[in-house]
Amino acid sequence: MQIDLSRLEHILPTVQKPGRYVGGEYNSIVKDWEATLTRVCLAFPDVYDLGMSNLGLAILYGVLNALPDVLAERAYMPWVDMAAAMREAHIPLYSLENKRPLPDFDLIGFSLPYEQLYTNLLEMLDLAGLPLKASDRDEQHPLIIAGGHATFNPEPVADFVDAFVIGDGEETVVDVVRAYQETRGDSREAQLRALARVSGIYVPRFYDVRYNADGTVAAIEPTPPHPPPRKGGEQTPQPLSPPLWGGQRGGLPILKRVVPILPPPPTRLIIPTVDVAHNRAAVEIQRGCTRGCRFCHAGMAMRPVRERPVEEVLEAIEAILPQTGFEEVGLLSLSSSDYSDIEDLVRAIIKRFGDAHLSISLPALRADSFSVTLAEAIARGRRTGFTFAPEAATERLRAIINKPISTDQMLNVAQEVFERGWRTIKLYFMIGLPGERVDDVQAIAGLARAVRAMGRKVHGRRAQVNVSVNTFVPKPHTPFQWVGLEPTSSVHEKQALLRRELRGRGLKLNYSDPEATLLEATLARGDRRLGAVVQRAWALGARFDAWDEQRDFGAWMRAFAEAGFDPGFYAYRERPPDETFPWEVVSTGVHKKFLLEEYRRSQRGEMLADCREQCHGCGILGAYGDGWSDEWRCPPPPEKPGFPGKKPGFYHTFKRGETDNDRPTS
Amino acid sequence: MAQRNGSDVMRLRITFSKGGPLTYTSHLDLARAWERSLRRAGIPLAYSGGFNPRPKLQLAAALPLGHTGEAEWLDVWLEEPMPVKDFARALVPLLPDGLVISQVHQVRLKEPALQTQIASAEYRVTVEWHPELVEGWDEPVEQVEARIKRMLAAAELPHEWRGRRYDLRPLIERLWLERRPELVEGQVGGGEVVLGMQLAARAGATARPEAVLDVLGMGEAFARYHRRRLTAAAG
Repeated sequence: MQIDLSRLEHILPTVQKPGRYVGGEYNSIVKDWEATLTRVCLAFPDVYDLGMSNLGLAILYGVLNALPDVLAERAYMPWVDMAAAMREAHIPLYSLENKRPLPDFDLIGFSLPYEQLYTNLLEMLDLAGLPLKASDRDEQHPLIIAGGHATFNPEPVADFVDAFVIGDGEETVVDVVRAYQETRGDSREAQLRALARVSGIYVPRFYDVRYNADGTVAAIEPTPPHPPPRKGGEQTPQPLSPPLWGGQRGGLPILKRVVPILPPPPTRLIIPTVDVAHNRAAVEIQRGCTRGCRFCHAGMAMRPVRERPVEEVLEAIEAILPQTGFEEVGLLSLSSSDYSDIEDLVRAIIKRFGDAHLSISLPALRADSFSVTLAEAIARGRRTGFTFAPEAATERLRAIINKPISTDQMLNVAQEVFERGWRTIKLYFMIGLPGERVDDVQAIAGLARAVRAMGRKVHGRRAQVNVSVNTFVPKPHTPFQWVGLEPTSSVHEKQALLRRELRGRGLKLNYSDPEATLLEATLARGDRRLGAVVQRAWALGARFDAWDEQRDFGAWMRAFAEAGFDPGFYAYRERPPDETFPWEVVSTGVHKKFLLEEYRRSQRGEMLADCREQCHGCGILGAYGDGWSDEWRCPPPPEKPGFPGKKPGFYHTFKRGETDNDRPTS
Repeated sequence: MAQRNGSDVMRLRITFSKGGPLTYTSHLDLARAWERSLRRAGIPLAYSGGFNPRPKLQLAAALPLGHTGEAEWLDVWLEEPMPVKDFARALVPLLPDGLVISQVHQVRLKEPALQTQIASAEYRVTVEWHPELVEGWDEPVEQVEARIKRMLAAAELPHEWRGRRYDLRPLIERLWLERRPELVEGQVGGGEVVLGMQLAARAGATARPEAVLDVLGMGEAFARYHRRRLTAAAG
């Protein structure tokens, strides 16, 4: 039954931005509830304003609603005022489309793009009136599914989620719905067994983790009876390297799912009725990145790089404009400058849509002359800030993180940017990188001042340099997963140094709260035992942990203390090379051996070239060993050792329109 | 405010209602919803000049968040002439839920800005109350009318809004009881009363219907605000 709309009407005037909670947006899809077989709620555990700009959710909304027997609706995390008002008025968490309480759905799919959403996940379950723990739910309750970037380490929320979608979701969600439909009315156990057969699905209940006396993972083992074999069992990914972790059995690791060819992008995008972050259309032009920055989780986890052809991007924009009326389109990728045909694309967009009063945003540009020209072409005279992300201020440290760009080049580009009319340059840096010394931090200030000096030559005192300094968080599945987080005390010292050095007109400094960083690092690298801590922190009132003014760090510290865990064990500890990590239940397709080699190269200050030209054998081609596509930026598969048994012609070349499910079985 | 810059050849005035899911859309976001609807319909909008050209649109008077409106006005400037009928036919099917067009007509390009033409606004305010919420409202329902009379007879109605003290009385043009209090089923001792009010809506002299309720002693009650019409200044 629908929620009580009159009660809702009475609380809306008492909360901020009530438009977040009413739905009815143009292009939202309200299907006939009674006439639709399977009902999915896509839930985003952060506020509407952020959730509405999440492209992943928009993609899945389109994919699921395209199925005639399925409806997909949305729910976002109510802001603290609304959550309190809903509890007081006894209004359960509901979907924006049909205004149904979440327990009325068959499946609830949570999107977890970052780790600081875990307490919000629990809050949403609780607002819905659902038991928090998977073990306390049965076939009477919706299946709780989660996916998104943070779930490459699913363990800290493994207690609460029935099944995780690892990797690209476009195909997996359809398989999940079909598996659910086949087991509708069966026991929860049977439903989960069906889900576990879907490739890319991790069902934590079928695995147990054993720990060593020192708290590290001893082994991850299937619980008897052993998990069902995956469909076409012989295709189950085999260990890609000698297993560095214990007990390679029972279908582990779960190899992330990949769409070999990017499916057409959603074009019937929902238009928010209240202002949101990134209030514009978005077209993903490329997934993944070949640069190989060693700190970058997305760069490692999103391989292989897949490009969308120029023509398809143009067609998408052509379809989006009359369907939405958006006045701005963002072209999304991890590294716009690396899109092969970026010049052609920009030229074609200007030619086709130049008269349509359409703004284009092209984030993630590199610091080179070519990128400045691109930015100038799309800016049409408009000049907001120009953003560069050198990440480290010295060439030595940039070699460690594998982000090769010389300081001279950066200054030349800065000068060019100023000369072409921009007055503000934003610079992104990190502190706490492995191998960092005090002079590397000092150099951030030096570089920022040098850029300001360039600006002053052109614009005088109007030149502005905004410096954003984040603290490096070592992330799973990256070459730096063995590294410890910089201790809070020295982060404070480095931030104080930057505050002293970056004073004065035309310089602005932002940096991250060390408490936020510690929490992020702990959750990112946590194991399954952290579930108890997450639940306790939630019970103590922790919510919106990504919001500086909302985060209750005290609640978290109390939760850790009560559970008897030290956040430092997860965050600060440097790992030995042979340690088994909790996140090794998941494979991104990149060898652990490759990551370790990369880590060692970084310690020697050696760089690794962009892998578009030359394959370094990270493992991704081996992982999807019988597939390759022209749209991947991996060079054609080499016939060399390291790709065992693969002869020329072995690789199946995906054609457009073909999905992973169509892959011929040999 | 839109300036004539030679690129606009036609000015159209849309009379529309705002409600439904757009009830909680702010003035600024409403302008954006109109802009996007007009763009979907492929209307040849005239744009302002400069580095960041904006379509030339004017809403008559901001409708506060949570209020609905029945006869709101929007002026749209076009860079190419088009028959009013074609304009409406293109636009109507592409409006979001909550916007309904009741009329479109052409106005002279040189007419002054729409905001400066508005003199007053008429509201229908439906108030729900529970006796414990509203001071003195457990008295007989006939007293509602008496309160209104007393209010209209007052020479001054001092009121404070966002820390600013002002006299509300001259801003109230008319105030009347539209429907006598009715008991709402299931609400013991509570009821619903509908008030009509016509309030000044000139630049620098605008009254909010919430202020009237406040002075009536109903400020704490839940109310639905509906703007029935805007009245243009004479001449």
